[in-house]
Amino acid sequence: MEYYLNLMLKAIFVENMALTFFLGMCSFLAVSKRVETAVGLGIAVIFVLTITVPANNLIQTYLLSEGAMQWLHPSLAAYDLSFLHLLCFIGSIAAMVQLVEMTTERFFPALHGTLGIFLPLIAVNCAILGGSLFMVERDYNFTESVVFGIGSGIGWFLAIVALAAIRERMRYSNVPPALRGLGMTFIVTGLIGIGFMAFGGIQL
Amino acid sequence: MAIKKSEAALDPLFNNNPIALQVLGICSALAVTTKLETAFVMCIAVIAVMTLSNLTISLLRNQIPNSIRIIVQLVVIASLVIITDQILKAFLFETSKQLSVFVGLIITNCIIMGRAEAFAMQNGPLLSILDGLGNGVGYSIVLLVTAFLRELFGSGKLFGVSVLPLVSEGGWYQPNGLMLLSPAAFFIIGGIIFLIRVWKPEQVEMDG
Repeated sequence: MEYYLNLMLKAIFVENMALTFFLGMCSFLAVSKRVETAVGLGIAVIFVLTITVPANNLIQTYLLSEGAMQWLHPSLAAYDLSFLHLLCFIGSIAAMVQLVEMTTERFFPALHGTLGIFLPLIAVNCAILGGSLFMVERDYNFTESVVFGIGSGIGWFLAIVALAAIRERMRYSNVPPALRGLGMTFIVTGLIGIGFMAFGGIQL
Repeated sequence: MAIKKSEAALDPLFNNNPIALQVLGICSALAVTTKLETAFVMCIAVIAVMTLSNLTISLLRNQIPNSIRIIVQLVVIASLVIITDQILKAFLFETSKQLSVFVGLIITNCIIMGRAEAFAMQNGPLLSILDGLGNGVGYSIVLLVTAFLRELFGSGKLFGVSVLPLVSEGGWYQPNGLMLLSPAAFFIIGGIIFLIRVWKPEQVEMDG
């Protein structure tokens, strides 16, 4: 249990998707003008990461890695399809996003109202694909991948909400014209990153 | 809509730079810039994938049904990225280990999708190649400048060769460890954007 808590904490703070690995930066910078929309996108990212990382973990263990298809037929044990994982992951992410969109639209219309416009954006958000690729690179098993998916989603959520809150306040400050908008956003993100580095090395 | 060839290739360098103005493809830009070597390999990979994907999509543009164009574009890009990934693993294994997941993430790099969608779907093959090259080079300029500064001041080296002799090796330069950490990349890119906008004031955003 402690191990999983540790993994979660590491995914949220120490190895924050947005601030340490720069994943999902495009939407991170584009959708952080207001806290409300940032919260919407953040929740959608948590949602999709929690579903896609474990799903891709199953695809990886039962279809793609070396000898993984043995359970279908013993003669398939010789195949190693791991070079296809990029294509499979991006496909499964797009499909999952579509499924999540349809399910929320049917059963949770209020949630769909808030998340609706962000879900298609998420299919090409590199934080989602990055989560799955890190899962493969670090050899997580199924439980670990669930924990890692939730944790990295929450980390991304925290980062984007923090940035949006700062940008809302920044409207009242006198920024040099050439730095307005994008330039200043980068510098603020860097400062948040330094803040998050204080968590480095924390272990339970 | 006639776009000059020189415009297609040169505009993205400074006037319409993918990173500084269009805010595309930033994710991969930052993570690989601690060393010039990895940044250089990454740039070549992105230029190659972007040029080829623009070419392929522009050749196919009259055959692709509009309703499934995103999927078709993703498949084309993903296949090209897989080929690039395999080539890097075969010939540059060490560098490809350092780039780790970021080669795979070229797929979701929004510059490539963005150019395929915005340019290659509407223009002929030759123009699309030039546009792909131009945007790739524009992206590479920002990447290489960032990597140059980070490697030089962070570890006193360029392409792994010692330029500023470090204190720990008997020289005089005390390396700036912050440069190797992620926030430095944000500061440097913020600085590059600042300089470009001081030079070309028409890019300044009005509502901060």
